[in-house]
Amino acid sequence: MAKINIKIEGISYQVEEGLTILEAAKLCGYNIPSLCAYNHGECSQGSCRVCLVEVKGARGLVASCVYPVSEGMEIVISSQKAVAARRASVELLLSNHSVQCQQCEKNEYCELLYAAKVTGAREGMFEGVKTPVTVDEVTPAIIRDTSKCILCGRCIERCKNAHGLSVLGFEKRGFNTIVGPAENRSFADSPCIMCGQCTSVCPTGALMEKSEIAKVDQAFREGKFVVVQTAPAVRAALGEEFGMKIGTPVTGKMVAALRRLGFNRVYDTNYAADLTIMEEATELLGRIKNNGVLPMITSCSPGWINYAEINYGELLPHLSSCKSPHEMFGAILKSYYCEKNGIDPKDMFVVSIMPCTAKKYEKEREQLQHDGIKDVDAVLTTRELGKLIKRSGINFNMLPDEEFDNDIVGEYTGAGVIFGVTGGVMEAALRTAYYALTGKEHELIKFEQVRGFEGIKEASLDINGTVINVAVAHGMKNAKVLLEEIKNGNSKYHFIEIMGCPGGCIAGGGQPYVKPQFLPNEEPDILDTYKQKRAAALYSEDERQTLRQSHKNEQIKKLYDEFLGEPNSHKAHELLHTSYKEREAFKVLK
Amino acid sequence: MLHLSEAAVVQITEICDRYLDEPTPLMMILSDIQKEYGYIPLEVQELVSQKTGISVAEIYGVVTFYSFFSLNPKGKYVIGCCLGTACYVKGAQQVIDKFSELLGVKPGETTEDGLFTLDALRCIGACGIAPAVSINGKVYPKLSVSDVPGIIESYREGAV
Repeated sequence: MAKINIKIEGISYQVEEGLTILEAAKLCGYNIPSLCAYNHGECSQGSCRVCLVEVKGARGLVASCVYPVSEGMEIVISSQKAVAARRASVELLLSNHSVQCQQCEKNEYCELLYAAKVTGAREGMFEGVKTPVTVDEVTPAIIRDTSKCILCGRCIERCKNAHGLSVLGFEKRGFNTIVGPAENRSFADSPCIMCGQCTSVCPTGALMEKSEIAKVDQAFREGKFVVVQTAPAVRAALGEEFGMKIGTPVTGKMVAALRRLGFNRVYDTNYAADLTIMEEATELLGRIKNNGVLPMITSCSPGWINYAEINYGELLPHLSSCKSPHEMFGAILKSYYCEKNGIDPKDMFVVSIMPCTAKKYEKEREQLQHDGIKDVDAVLTTRELGKLIKRSGINFNMLPDEEFDNDIVGEYTGAGVIFGVTGGVMEAALRTAYYALTGKEHELIKFEQVRGFEGIKEASLDINGTVINVAVAHGMKNAKVLLEEIKNGNSKYHFIEIMGCPGGCIAGGGQPYVKPQFLPNEEPDILDTYKQKRAAALYSEDERQTLRQSHKNEQIKKLYDEFLGEPNSHKAHELLHTSYKEREAFKVLK
Repeated sequence: MLHLSEAAVVQITEICDRYLDEPTPLMMILSDIQKEYGYIPLEVQELVSQKTGISVAEIYGVVTFYSFFSLNPKGKYVIGCCLGTACYVKGAQQVIDKFSELLGVKPGETTEDGLFTLDALRCIGACGIAPAVSINGKVYPKLSVSDVPGIIESYREGAV
């Protein structure tokens, strides 16, 4: 790219042609106050007018986020005119905004509040009519409150980029414009897969997870035996809630915090990830041996399950019937564990800490409860756990490192840890499938071909003459490519891993927000690198484990010996497997 | 799609097929559906989404952005009252209010008997004859409030 000469605040700079003023200024050391500067153009509307600057010779002020630099351009950011205009833009946004910031769950990470602070915007400068408000709290996963929406459209872009879906869109026009699913429906009556990616990018509290902290409080009040389990990806990100650098694993401190919060047992979902692998690998080999439906597709990601049920009803027999790991854990806790410890399952309350909003929805599925007893009772996101810890006055950074509980359940191998990143389930399954077919361990353990963040990864393994072709996809946009192949009858794979969120659970919709304006100590390219950093935290934990194959988990072996029989036994099916049901994208509303 | 008649599916599919090779077919498809099918309910949008790969939310956004498109069936007679600047200063608001009062519907709504739809339009380019009303393409110039009952009656009697 050619370099061009510009001036900012009277100082000369050379920048690349083709950049917007906002991008160029950033490289020269100026953060023009804006709402979108940090988000890779995921809003390209140029409509909020917060980033206005003066350009010599231009008619009026220009929106720096969409205005390209040109040779000889002279830009003034700090003139009184520009400062006043930016402030007025934010004040106009605030005039049609529910400014109940105190109660807003997003206030710590609200980009509008931040922009208001930086520009000096005052509340109540423009009084007038407000756009009619919709609050959708119907699903157990996501809340949409249009009174806080600033119409930036980032959620729409994210949904489209991640999943090719765009469940959300702009509706109506002018002052009545809102963002929502078609017909301003609830997410519950739309093709939403509840992944929560929209909540990660929403600059305000318009899109958030539905909190279940109150449910957990109530369980404690009722004197229940409250067991908590944490998904692998949580440990790779929770530290961010407490100012730690992205990619800092905080397993030990997280366990210590959960104990101090009063949970009766603190377990690692990885235990159940090992169990999942035993069941899933057995199921796969069974399908291969008995000419069953292939390719088999993983079923750990509830966002993906939602997508499949809504969009690919005819492919549901391809899904592994295995419950997701935390649901398996819930089922084992409320059967095996309760039996061994003389606890009435009704008195047990299982809380899952997940990087995911779709898990909140998943736990309510009728297929995942028996006689009114749910396998899992509450799901908190990583962000909610952060809130819970802060609320309790625990100084997270000063906590000692403690170990997960490990009595008759809880032991885990490295194979479970990597479930949290795209390709992880596949790698873990291959480690065990290799053993099952050869009776030997794979010398490498690592299966590099399925690591990394390529949209679709594939590998081919010759195991004792049995060739297994596998593929890994994350984000529904990528998954769709593989699904269409299956639909058209030209899929060459035996086994496919699909994760709902791009990058896998480490970048799940319930993970801490990555918003550079609130992360002053991170590198400027953090939005491009945070997934890799969180993934590295998980891979390093895998490498630290002495046991790295699920089939080496002694407690799992014992669970089969004493309770389940063998993988895919009748009892295992009853407790650890589930079923799926085709759904309509748009339910007919009365 | 289960909720659309077979004939409707054929009709909508045929309309979509006309424009699928265009780089941006949506507006053309929706225009033809509006003209030929009469309105664009969600089930129709779902079918258009399947054919074009454009999401339902996006299609719904377009349908609700342009007042030309309608989510509900329109009446036999569509009364379009121009509320553009020229018509407005010449008393168009009083004219549309009178229609609204006599028909018992608000702008954008259709009478229960399915006979009339009342629409508020922005400038229809007939400023010289303001205030203007267009009913199924027939333009009524320089209307006053007192003309309104007679016009409605003439359509009720099928005289026009």
